[in-house]
Amino acid sequence: MLDTIHAIETPEGVELGLRLSGIPARMLAWIIDSFIRLGLYIALSVGLAWADEFGLGLYLILVFLVEWFYPVFFEVLSDGMTPGKRALGISVIHANGTPVGWSASITRNLLRFIDFLPLFYVFGVASMMLNRRFQRLGDLVAGTLVIYREEKRTQPVIPDIPEIVPGFALQPAEAQAIVNFAERSGQISSERADELAATTGELIPANHPPARTLLGIARWILGN
Amino acid sequence: MKQETFNRKHEDDWQLLQEGLQAIDESSARARSTKQDVSMLPRLYRNACHHLSLSRSRAYSPRLIDRLSRLVMKGHQALYTHRPNVWRGFVHFVTRDYPALVRQQWQFVAAASLLFFGSFLLMLLLVQLYPQMIYTVMDPWQVRSLEGMYSPEAHDRLGPSRDSENDFLMFGYYIKNNTGIGFQTFAGGLAFGLGTLFFLLYNGLVIGSIAGHLTGLGYIETFWGFVAGHSAPELTAIMLSGAAGLMLGWALIAPGNKSRLRALQDAGEQAVRIIYGAAILFFIAAFIEAFWSSMSWIEPTIKYVAGIILWVMLWAYLLMTGRPRAL
Repeated sequence: MLDTIHAIETPEGVELGLRLSGIPARMLAWIIDSFIRLGLYIALSVGLAWADEFGLGLYLILVFLVEWFYPVFFEVLSDGMTPGKRALGISVIHANGTPVGWSASITRNLLRFIDFLPLFYVFGVASMMLNRRFQRLGDLVAGTLVIYREEKRTQPVIPDIPEIVPGFALQPAEAQAIVNFAERSGQISSERADELAATTGELIPANHPPARTLLGIARWILGN
Repeated sequence: MKQETFNRKHEDDWQLLQEGLQAIDESSARARSTKQDVSMLPRLYRNACHHLSLSRSRAYSPRLIDRLSRLVMKGHQALYTHRPNVWRGFVHFVTRDYPALVRQQWQFVAAASLLFFGSFLLMLLLVQLYPQMIYTVMDPWQVRSLEGMYSPEAHDRLGPSRDSENDFLMFGYYIKNNTGIGFQTFAGGLAFGLGTLFFLLYNGLVIGSIAGHLTGLGYIETFWGFVAGHSAPELTAIMLSGAAGLMLGWALIAPGNKSRLRALQDAGEQAVRIIYGAAILFFIAAFIEAFWSSMSWIEPTIKYVAGIILWVMLWAYLLMTGRPRAL
């Protein structure tokens, strides 16, 4: 299937799907981080200006640290997210789904130097486009992925209506589709809901309101 | 079992797991000590895994599957995370693992040494024999300013070359500049080793030419007296960065019976550990260069001796520390 889900298997034998982040989100995150870094450099140069040559020495050390280790500190200590990634809701993890550690984070961020070449991440973007998991070169070596964090979803509310027993036995996949419809029905207009429900054909007896009938069937499937 | 019944039956457990994981999350952000009892978490987590599989095979609603997936994902991250004791890890790394790693990767260390120290010595020698060779790596302006920096007359006239506040400025400069070069030398290995090759040879040739040129001019005490102290950690650090870069390059060129990606990841895991040591050495070198090498009132002889002692100590450390004890 053509999608951006990367499946991993936990030691318990359960498969989990990770939603990989594409190039635009990562680029935006990088731009946000670049501005933050720029702000840091300016703040440092202003803040240390009073200390003359000592301040300049300290400034150089801090600039060095920000230049190479800004992403490392945030990725390891802040759930795989630099401020830019946090803003975009993406984060770095090991390819096996565990939180990113020092070693992998340092590897991917030192190799950023090559990804950036010849200018503005040409190599990195080429690597991401040639790669099914959108990894830049540093990610390939470090064995890391950039994924979307879970988004906050509200629990769906299915209208409380009497159960309806369907006219014939349903396959599990069919039952699942009906429940999925019911859970989403609150987000679509009632006309569209009827239209969608009508596509189920024989399931809805003539002269019955399609959406309402399907919701009733969903109620029956879920049970009480 | 109908979904709602399933929900009702296990909702409390999921809730408990959710809260437990949240508590771990929050406590690790502040401090390591979790006051809360976490002993029930593994059991709850395994149950949630089981429930996830069940709800998939019974084709329960996607929302429920989604919710359980996220719960299991969180649990997986919490239970299988690696929280090493950083301090103890560091001590073991320095006293035992690092030198052992350098010896284990001796082929790359030897190749990087040959490239870097070889090109250095070659130019040091060639510039003595053919003084105009210096102009193959530097233009006349750079040569002029270099001569000015190390000319003995300039030092006589100016006295101590800089004051101590200046030392800290140079400390920062050396850290930023030299360590950055080391990191680039390492990263260049990803271009099939070509970047590393370039940085090793370029730095070897330039540093060798400078040393050769100044030696030929007879600026022995001002030049060698200055560089003797920090030469061991600094040159070794560049060489080790190169060795790490060559590991990456070689994994791409000759992956053996692994896939290129696999070989690269395995090499990267070791190479980044070589870089840790190189970074520490760069830091030490910057410290010596800024605060010791710049003390121009110390007798050159003392500086030479100190420099040689450092070379011997550093290589004795790399070659002999951390070997398993003989029976």
